[in-house]
Amino acid sequence: MTAAQLTPQETVDKVLALAAQAGADGCVVLVDETSSANLRWANNTLTTNGAMRGSRITVIATVGGGEGTAAGVVGRSSTTADSLAEVVDAAVATAKASSPAEDARPLVDGTVGPGWEQEPGETSVLVYESFAPALGEALIRAGKENRWLYGFADHEVTTTYVGSSTGLRLRHEQPSGHVTVTGKSGDLSQSAWVGSATRDFTDIDATAIDAELSRRLGWAKRTVSVEAGRHNTVLPPAAVADLATYLYWEMEGRDAHEGRNVYSNPSGGSRIGEQLSPHPISLRSLPHYAGLECSPFATARSSGGSQSVFDNGLTLSATDWISGGKLQHLMQNRFSADLTGNPVTPMIGNYVLEVEGATGSVDDLVAGVEHGLLLTCLWYIRTVDPQTLLLTGLTRDGVYLIENGEVTGAVNNFRFNESPVDLLARFSAAGATVPSFSREWGDYFPRTATPPLLVPDFNMSSVSQAS
Amino acid sequence: MPEVDASFLALPRRELADAALHRAKDLGASYAEFRLERIRTESIALRDGVLEGARDDEDLGIAVRVIHDGTWGFAAGVALTNDEAVRLAEAAVNIAQVSRAINTEPIELADEPTYDDVQWTSSYEIDPLSLPRAEKVALLTDYSKRLLDAPGVTHVDARVTSVSECKYFANSEGTSTTQQRVRVGPQLEAFAIDSEAGRFDSMRTCAPPAGRGWEYLTGTGWNWDEELASLPGWLADKMAAPSVEAGEYDLVIDPTNLWLTIHESIGHATELDRALGYEANYAGTSFATIDKLGNLKYGSPIMHVTGDRTAEHGLATIGYDDEGVAGQQWDLVKNGVLVGYQVDRRMAKVNADKLGTDRSNGCAFADSAGHIPIQRMANVSLQPAHDGPTTEELIGQVKNGIYIVGDKSWSIDMQRYNFQFTGQRFFKITDGKLDGQLRDVAYQATTTDFWGSMEAVGGPGTYLLAGALNCGKAQPGQVGAVSHGTPSALFRGIRILNTTQEAGR
Repeated sequence: MTAAQLTPQETVDKVLALAAQAGADGCVVLVDETSSANLRWANNTLTTNGAMRGSRITVIATVGGGEGTAAGVVGRSSTTADSLAEVVDAAVATAKASSPAEDARPLVDGTVGPGWEQEPGETSVLVYESFAPALGEALIRAGKENRWLYGFADHEVTTTYVGSSTGLRLRHEQPSGHVTVTGKSGDLSQSAWVGSATRDFTDIDATAIDAELSRRLGWAKRTVSVEAGRHNTVLPPAAVADLATYLYWEMEGRDAHEGRNVYSNPSGGSRIGEQLSPHPISLRSLPHYAGLECSPFATARSSGGSQSVFDNGLTLSATDWISGGKLQHLMQNRFSADLTGNPVTPMIGNYVLEVEGATGSVDDLVAGVEHGLLLTCLWYIRTVDPQTLLLTGLTRDGVYLIENGEVTGAVNNFRFNESPVDLLARFSAAGATVPSFSREWGDYFPRTATPPLLVPDFNMSSVSQAS
Repeated sequence: MPEVDASFLALPRRELADAALHRAKDLGASYAEFRLERIRTESIALRDGVLEGARDDEDLGIAVRVIHDGTWGFAAGVALTNDEAVRLAEAAVNIAQVSRAINTEPIELADEPTYDDVQWTSSYEIDPLSLPRAEKVALLTDYSKRLLDAPGVTHVDARVTSVSECKYFANSEGTSTTQQRVRVGPQLEAFAIDSEAGRFDSMRTCAPPAGRGWEYLTGTGWNWDEELASLPGWLADKMAAPSVEAGEYDLVIDPTNLWLTIHESIGHATELDRALGYEANYAGTSFATIDKLGNLKYGSPIMHVTGDRTAEHGLATIGYDDEGVAGQQWDLVKNGVLVGYQVDRRMAKVNADKLGTDRSNGCAFADSAGHIPIQRMANVSLQPAHDGPTTEELIGQVKNGIYIVGDKSWSIDMQRYNFQFTGQRFFKITDGKLDGQLRDVAYQATTTDFWGSMEAVGGPGTYLLAGALNCGKAQPGQVGAVSHGTPSALFRGIRILNTTQEAGR
């Protein structure tokens, strides 16, 4: 039994039956069961913690036929067997009172996916059984060594059940976890950061994280002031993910077709087919990519942008967004695909950015730099100009000077103004793609793999005093 | 004054709270609190006057937080049963026990009077969730068509988010409160495309989200007719405007833009949890550390900023916060000097000597039952000059400058020094008068330099309570709604960037 007092499968069946009784011509129901546990610490001590459980249903009732169909979408947490009728009635009533939906398409044909009958996955504070004691030791060690540690560990399991009046029965269990730790010197003048995504915390080593923070704070024993300007800059995979996530999120096909985003062709239509980079760079999404596994079917709890509630359950397959440096596809639901004349390529919950043939690590890239900067992470990134996808943001928690292939000191922080689309063309060297964790958006979109990049002219617009 | 929704009052608030608080006490908790929250949200989006998506959501759940052996423990769930309330109390105590080994600072809370079974509602006329969806879609369709029918407008996005939040709080000290808050966030954005020049741009309405009901969408508190009639012309002028020449300019900043600068450079900077390092791994710390209280020159002597949990229609306005503390108003910056912080009960207790008071100013907030209360922003507002100038009079004091209206892009570093903002409209000022629009404008400054350059603030007639529905903070992430009141203000010698040049074009 779940918190809804019915199993998810029973909830799906009951909602579909109630929807038919209430006069819906079609219905899709999504049940999301979540459990999570987290630890947060600052100033070398625990600050907050928690264990949460959530249950939510989304009912999408449709009335009418074909493309003259209207939809009513209602979401609720804390439903019970008794209150489901009220939720379904609200969805059906809304659909009946609405005009036909622009994105209406026949509901996805029914299949029963693997594991449908299984209970929701669950996590608890026990996921930290090994991590928490090691963290406790690291906090004590930091205190003795006159360092400060601040961090957050989170683990969540969400199990989504999708059922429809066309017979669809799909289940996906998504574990997501991450740990991020900021270390500061005793006088708070220097700062370093390490972050990583995980599926189960068995691959997270608190001692190793602490050692890496100590190494980086060690680099900061020498500090150097560097002026703003265009600098030869090594971006590690985490920083590349900070920028590439915008590259991916902006790939909305309808916006591009209508001339509203960076992938629009100024003379009309989108830039699909255009060579964005002279480098053999690819951006792909693969639902079954090892370590970055995400939902293999589309889920949409409201229509808008690149997603449609009518597409729930649509099978997702590996999609090349950019290949050989050329823009191949943009995010399209069935409606926008028809509108733009492009294939149906919905958004997928991961991406892999790769440079064909590139090998080596951040350290290898650093070793090839005579004079430049190493950024560990970026922050507060926002779009300044959607036409060029010009982004602004800042460096934080570790900018380092590279001299003759070695890190020789810490540098002040900067504000940058850069477009990740332009960077695709301007980088001069790359390393091997590895799982990465964006500092700013990783907790929301953690399933990314990116390479380190060397950019010869990264635009540092001004110096930031923050440390 | 509206009343708390009867269907919320019918929920077994006291019974669930008693079950949880008694169990926590039996297990040895020195303090316990219980929340029951129901948040109803409706989002409606139209694209080119056609409904794109709409969703009606309800988030209902319960939470228990305890202090056990000097350590916090928190648990949340969704089943409204006594068994679940007891289970959550046990889970909260359990997680406190597991966490005890890595807690080196015993938790103590500042004292607060008890409030026995009190009720409070925000100030609004029409609960937007009580109206038929079709009526709301029809209004947005009408507003969209007014823009689409204008020459030069190619596309229009329209959206509105409406929230009705009911919250019951009870703690082991005897306080119990029931509150209801309503807020709406409407927005229309018009797009223009110049395929010959290979350029597109957009312009949004400047109506801020507000702690009001649906009446806000029909003219109470904002003149929609006037703004929608003017917006296409402003957009056309912007498309034809020259690109700004980068350099230093005097700025007159409209409240529709300045509120966001206040939010980022004062609001977050005066959160004591940030100054103390609790947010260091996420949103960051603050340059305004507690040793600077009473001596940090934040800005020019005319700068007076308040924290306020009581302003009518404010998005962060409450009767009682999520630790049972009554809403208050206080000074953050007075005569240009840092004089206060936003605090919760724990921070008030630990830092009483430095703060000069041992009472929380009511800044604890959780965005749902699923999250722990954290220190959250009050309505942080720049006060107008009593007999201050109009916006036109401020513009009249500028020889060569820019008048900035509406917010757009925003970014600030993790200690709140270096910021960069753009806007919706940028009017060139020549010899004290507006002289057409400019485009590609961003302003960049350091917080204390910027506020130190503020030469004049407008009078009460220029004052606007603006704000945001979606301020993010904490781990796990929480979303907060907050208002910022501000007059127009004049700043001298601020760095302006040309964003096209910044993009290397």
